[in-house]
Amino acid sequence: MMRSGNIPSDKLLAMYASLLKIRRVQLKIEEHYHENAMKTPVHLCLGQEAVSVGVCANLKTRDMIFSNHRSHGHYLAKGGDLKAMMAELYCKETGCAKGRGGSMHLIDKSVGHFGSSAIVGGGIPHAVGAAFAFKMRKEDLVAVTFFGDAASEQGVFYESMNWAALKKLPVIFVCENNHYSVCSHIDVRQANYDISMRARAFDIPSMRVDGMNLLEVCEKSQAAIEMARAGNGPYLLECVVQRWRAHAGAGDPQKEQYRKTEDMDESRRRDPLKDFTAYLLDHRAAGQDQLDVVDRQIDQEIEAAFRFARESPLPDPAGLEKYLYC
Amino acid sequence: MPWTKIQVEKQEPVFDASEGQNVRKLSYGEAIREALDQALERDPRVYVMGQGINDPGGMFGSTDGLYKKYGLERVFDTPLSEEGILGMAIGSAMAGLRPVSIHNRPDFLLMGMDQIVNHAAKWSYMFAGQVPIPLVIRACIGRGWGSAAQHSQALQSLFVHIPGLKVVMPSTAYDAKGLLITSIADNNPVLYFEQRWVYKHQGYVPEDVYSIPFGEGVIKREGTDVTIVAVSHMVIESLRAAEELEKKGISVEIIDPRSLKPLDDQLILKSVAKTGRLLVSDLSWKTGGFSAEVIATVVEKGFHFLKKAPVRVAFPDIPTPAGHVLEEAFYPGVEDIIEAVRKLMGK
Repeated sequence: MMRSGNIPSDKLLAMYASLLKIRRVQLKIEEHYHENAMKTPVHLCLGQEAVSVGVCANLKTRDMIFSNHRSHGHYLAKGGDLKAMMAELYCKETGCAKGRGGSMHLIDKSVGHFGSSAIVGGGIPHAVGAAFAFKMRKEDLVAVTFFGDAASEQGVFYESMNWAALKKLPVIFVCENNHYSVCSHIDVRQANYDISMRARAFDIPSMRVDGMNLLEVCEKSQAAIEMARAGNGPYLLECVVQRWRAHAGAGDPQKEQYRKTEDMDESRRRDPLKDFTAYLLDHRAAGQDQLDVVDRQIDQEIEAAFRFARESPLPDPAGLEKYLYC
Repeated sequence: MPWTKIQVEKQEPVFDASEGQNVRKLSYGEAIREALDQALERDPRVYVMGQGINDPGGMFGSTDGLYKKYGLERVFDTPLSEEGILGMAIGSAMAGLRPVSIHNRPDFLLMGMDQIVNHAAKWSYMFAGQVPIPLVIRACIGRGWGSAAQHSQALQSLFVHIPGLKVVMPSTAYDAKGLLITSIADNNPVLYFEQRWVYKHQGYVPEDVYSIPFGEGVIKREGTDVTIVAVSHMVIESLRAAEELEKKGISVEIIDPRSLKPLDDQLILKSVAKTGRLLVSDLSWKTGGFSAEVIATVVEKGFHFLKKAPVRVAFPDIPTPAGHVLEEAFYPGVEDIIEAVRKLMGK
């Protein structure tokens, strides 16, 4: 099922660590969400982790990413600080946005993440603007926007592609197509399911890939990013994924009421972490002992981050009006 | 920072009175053009864009020939995609540029409201001041020649309502240049509203780069009986009305706040403390508008100064009609101000 690639083993191991970290962080969030201490809507990307990891594995620190409401994977895959993220989910003063943003508005400028928008499609033109700045300054950087299938229904998606194509900007449009806009399936929303083909109207190269396959996402996005970095303009990468949980919150308590029958079939469920782990072991890219070390480190890091978040102070209400202007 | 060492001016030394005086005069459009020119020259991060800005007309002269001087990389035409273009401007600001986005009419900004209200206005607060969005949005309010309901809207009140935005409305060439320099130098999103008819006016404009601080209004005319707070083109209408009223023995003080947000409420309160009577004319509809905000502020902070209930000279709450007879009936002007002031004075 997995294809073999020419990815060096240290990169493979780093991707494993990133994938595992995103998975475990989210399971941990889910585990504790019912305590009502994280008083912010969480949009878990369980099942979709391979897209963030595969794309960000090919980015430099100063490359910029533009995320959305389902923000955890992008932030962590780009190298965002876990403690600051967890503190933000607990709406603490030590959070990455000092408790002003919450789960949907993560930021870590030190890794090229300048803030995620929770307006569906809203971050797409920001990536185009960053790419415009890179080109104007003749910098060797790219911008990536992550968005969902519902964002492809917004006019701004097409406006952004048009401008990016016209100016040949180094921007990668990464669509994570999980087929659901909250509870509405794509078949009640879109006339043609193939989002990747819409780039053709702007002469933008594009591809539809299996977003549950980390190696495929990594290889295809690497090619797209290299092309953009070399000055060949934008690329649209549609990654078909499965959203394991509800639109927001823990679990998927109403799944019987909105999911397609085939999406309810557990035997069709794919797991990018399980598949990638098997690949690493089968191809001797990493040994079980190496993976165990990574596992332990990640668990410790997550424990420390949750502890930090819980023990951190809440924002002082006296600071309510701070930060309105820069 | 190229913007920290510039001359700060607070009040135009001569207004309209420059007639016959030996000073350099520019039109409103030329003043804007000069501000853009100097900003582009001073700061390589500044760029200027908008649909039609490189047209032969140069956006009523306000962008004339700038692309020839600075190249199409920094002064360029855009597709008519307000949402996408404003979002692009915001993204470029995150990456360190200082965009000036020009829009023919505020009516078209409504297509870009998501990026203005949900994004530009929120980024500073939502991310605890980590990412400035130094974005200037210029738009020119239309009037006349049957511009009708979709090419004449003065929408400043919508933007004044939104925390995180700043809103300015220069009424003279002098203020147009100084406020545009301040807008470009500011680290926050600024809505800069022009009005088509103030483009007709010329006035003294210094050649140097100068800024006019936000939140500092000016007294355009001193008086003792009635305070008029007027905005943009209504400043000019009010000055004309004041001349007529003077002949009738009524002394009018005219305040141009210049920036609607932040607002110089102290200047207004000080004037009302003197006159006890307030008229507000904000070049917009009556209901829920900026004029209501000014009156509410005065009532909250200076109720005891008021001898009479404040009044608004505003657009009637209907869309702008096209036909010139209806158009004339729609827009309040000198006569409406005179009548309202006389009523305030009980005359």
